[in-house]
Amino acid sequence: MRAYKPKDDVQKKPYYTDRFWVAPQVPKYDVETDEVFAKDLAALKEKFEILEAYIQVEQMVVYINPEDNFEVIKFFKEELSYDQLSELSAIDWLAKRGEFEIFYQLLSMNKRKRVRVKMYIKEDQAIESVEKLFRSADWSEREMYDMFGVKVNNHPFMKRILMPYDWQGFPLRKSYPLQGDEFAQWYEVDKIYGKEARDIIGPELRDTARIDRYDSERFARLGHEVPRGAEVKDDDPINPQEYQEEGGVFLIKKLKKESSVVIDDPQR
Amino acid sequence: MAQHKVNYAQDGGLPVALTTIDKVVNWGRSNSLWALTYGLACCGIEMMASGASRYDFDRFGTIFRASPRQSDVMIVAGTLTKKHAEFIKRLYDQMTEPRWVISMGSCANTGGMFNTYATVQGVDRVIPVDLYLPGCAPRPETLQYGVMLLQQKIRAQKAGRAQKPKRLI
Repeated sequence: MRAYKPKDDVQKKPYYTDRFWVAPQVPKYDVETDEVFAKDLAALKEKFEILEAYIQVEQMVVYINPEDNFEVIKFFKEELSYDQLSELSAIDWLAKRGEFEIFYQLLSMNKRKRVRVKMYIKEDQAIESVEKLFRSADWSEREMYDMFGVKVNNHPFMKRILMPYDWQGFPLRKSYPLQGDEFAQWYEVDKIYGKEARDIIGPELRDTARIDRYDSERFARLGHEVPRGAEVKDDDPINPQEYQEEGGVFLIKKLKKESSVVIDDPQR
Repeated sequence: MAQHKVNYAQDGGLPVALTTIDKVVNWGRSNSLWALTYGLACCGIEMMASGASRYDFDRFGTIFRASPRQSDVMIVAGTLTKKHAEFIKRLYDQMTEPRWVISMGSCANTGGMFNTYATVQGVDRVIPVDLYLPGCAPRPETLQYGVMLLQQKIRAQKAGRAQKPKRLI
């Protein structure tokens, strides 16, 4: 958790940032401290190259080479009885080290242990699908492709899952702007009305906190409604909100407050 | 024998109401506003609550229809994503004229808190809107009041003519 800092003197040093601040990390422990994990790791090391391994929050983290991800996950499933793939995604480290970090979160029901398999891949490097081992990887890998642009080989249906099929760009990359690039900002206008309509519809208004009471094109002030496009002056008319039109509606008599009776006692 | 209790001395001696075609047509239109079921997000829950027995939209003649071809008013209740924008336009085009649109809640009005790449910043970028309801989410009373305002708007219109296009494109 982030340390609490009092907010009453934030203006004192507005430009101060700690250059040598290092994000605190959860402590790591040696794999030998856990019997089950030590046995698993020893079996794993006989067949595959393990780059790094440690225990963090009672879960073993194993770094592997991206080439043998399918075999490692298969080994975990069939030999070490890790029978659930609970999560799978990527982390964007492109700015820092030019790589994606892929992680697979595995769960063993009879060992009651969780293992995280991690690997680094280059930006345009494709990985092997583990969908044949775990069906849950199907949508996770599609989402990983949709959000990060990580290509997955031998996947049965390698298409975008959340964004439309004709979308451009990968929104969860750190380089993607939160409010979208130009393609995203004009997506619905371009698709429905064509590029010519951009001038008529206009750009998106991204400042939702903006209030302009003289703007009668978008919203009218409640109780001071004017026709659309009319010029609003300071002494704009006051239109009290009425539930019924003046004079009443056809076949419906207008309710008059003076002639109506309020029933206080429902049991009368 | 039926008991004839019509008072022929009242209203000029005739059991007749005099009015105009406009008023009759608008009376019919405004009191049978069938709404397209269009719950996109949490505002849809409030819309369903308005339709259920406690708030009872049927009193206003508003019945939710699952087909755009049977509905007069589209209540856009919730966040419109960019992926869905083309479908809302298609459904709006499938509605028969005259048709009206109520934009319900902050997300449908302006995009609301979803100031992101994937949300349409106001449903009026795609289809013309008659009524904007503020709130996150608006209470069922707000939606009822909105429907009553729309009824007032319909009654103020000319019934006979084709509706003017509400937007240039």
